[in-house]
Amino acid sequence: MKKLINDPADVVKEALRGMEAAHPGHLRVDHDHAIIYRKDAPRQGKVALISGGGSGHEPLHGGFVGTGMLDAACAGEVFTSPVPDQMMEATKQVDGGAGVLHIVKNYTGDVMNFEMAAEMAAADSGIEVQSVVTDDDVAVQDSLYTAGRRGVGITVLLEKIVGAAAEEGRPLQEIADLATRINSQGRSMGMALTSCTVPSAGKATFDLADNEMEVGIGIHGEPGRKRLPLASAKDVASLLVDPVVADLPYGKGDSVIAFVNGMGGTPLIELYVMYNEVAQILEQAGITVARSLVGNYITSLDMAGCSVTLLKVDDELVGLWDAPVNTPGLRWGC
Amino acid sequence: MAEALTLDAFARWLKQFAETVHDNVGLLTDLDSAIGDADHGTNMDRGFKAVVSVLDGNGFESPDALFKKVGMTLVSTVGGASGPLYGTFFLRFGSALQGVEAVGTQELGKALRAGVEGIVTRGKAELEDKTMYDAWAPALEAFDRAAPEGTAAALAAAATAAGEGRDATTDMLARKGRASYLGERSIGHQDPGATSATMLLESAAATLA
Repeated sequence: MKKLINDPADVVKEALRGMEAAHPGHLRVDHDHAIIYRKDAPRQGKVALISGGGSGHEPLHGGFVGTGMLDAACAGEVFTSPVPDQMMEATKQVDGGAGVLHIVKNYTGDVMNFEMAAEMAAADSGIEVQSVVTDDDVAVQDSLYTAGRRGVGITVLLEKIVGAAAEEGRPLQEIADLATRINSQGRSMGMALTSCTVPSAGKATFDLADNEMEVGIGIHGEPGRKRLPLASAKDVASLLVDPVVADLPYGKGDSVIAFVNGMGGTPLIELYVMYNEVAQILEQAGITVARSLVGNYITSLDMAGCSVTLLKVDDELVGLWDAPVNTPGLRWGC
Repeated sequence: MAEALTLDAFARWLKQFAETVHDNVGLLTDLDSAIGDADHGTNMDRGFKAVVSVLDGNGFESPDALFKKVGMTLVSTVGGASGPLYGTFFLRFGSALQGVEAVGTQELGKALRAGVEGIVTRGKAELEDKTMYDAWAPALEAFDRAAPEGTAAALAAAATAAGEGRDATTDMLARKGRASYLGERSIGHQDPGATSATMLLESAAATLA
């Protein structure tokens, strides 16, 4: 293992210290609970947004705390859900009287821990909490016989758009409905060129030969659905975009936000090569790209690879997407 | 009938399990790497280290108070799916012992069953989903069958049955948790949760008998 770390056990703690030191004007960090807050939380009368999950997906979620996105993010250990105490504490701290939305990615641990937090919050404080669970990964069969689809790329787009709506002062129910609608209109698919190495494990989670790629991966180094011979960017783009387009389905005349996301270990130049291919496939399908996002936003430590997310949008969603956002991970219009 | 179990015995059980988990961090994490997210060993180790310091730092008036504290400690320190599952197990285990004067074989069996019912409620697992429930379910049956022979025999039978259930998970197709994302590829790997659950019963057999 080659990593820029000190003790593997201190990675999350020290990264949070670094985030606080790097963004003193925007963030404050509760180090006892591993919670990142926007500096001006709670905002009276604004619905507060909380997300959280295992660490190792940076900038998600802590990097999306700030004006126009999240009010707080709860950091778990690497690839491990945060615990209910954290979400309870964050819920109490950010509530500005308008209620709190929990944004949860669909993983067994995350869902169970957020559920326990919501149960405890209801019993404890009386703060109104709603939850949205993202599950946009088409690589996973959605049936009664699996834990359901994983929450991946759509989570980034959802946090941005719903964050803008909350900033406008919309009520909790409307915010929760909007979040559900965004999740239902988004689909993603990812692939890996390499595995990733969890600091505490010290070795790669799975092995991939130089001439292989793993298609249908999630964001925790869990192996994907199938292993294929390495292919060109053009072919990989089809492998990712085709099942995404077919699943919703997206069709001629649809308008989308197209998001090409890096898994953490792939250079931006390759992500743009991929975006070029993705854009051509969408153009041929008659799908209009209203907005795009290219970069490392929901990552899997040092994994090389990418994912493609499409979100079907209308003027309202595009307007909210364009609204000002000021976070360490996303910033425009301000 | 064996003598009633003491607070000291329960503490020895949890400490023995903490030690077993610590000695098997690599095994649990390797099993989880194959079909999950490579954190079961380190998460359980962190959680049960915290349990040991709670046991060392506090006196408890009753088994139910001890196990409720253990459950809350696990919920707060483990994370992942194991935190809510093991936490819920001990919370329900403790609740079942509330007001019980002497914990004999029957009471222990009831508490184990209540704990496992908590796991099922929280995790919504069914038999042969390839989860820890596949170790727990046969263990409970074996415990009840051997209960007339006393606590030692019941726990020994439960630990053996859990081990068989754990071994049987290898050939199962995962239908819960992160392993379910793998579909057919989850077959051929032993479930990490069933493995740690078996260790918990083996520790019980070694310390509560």
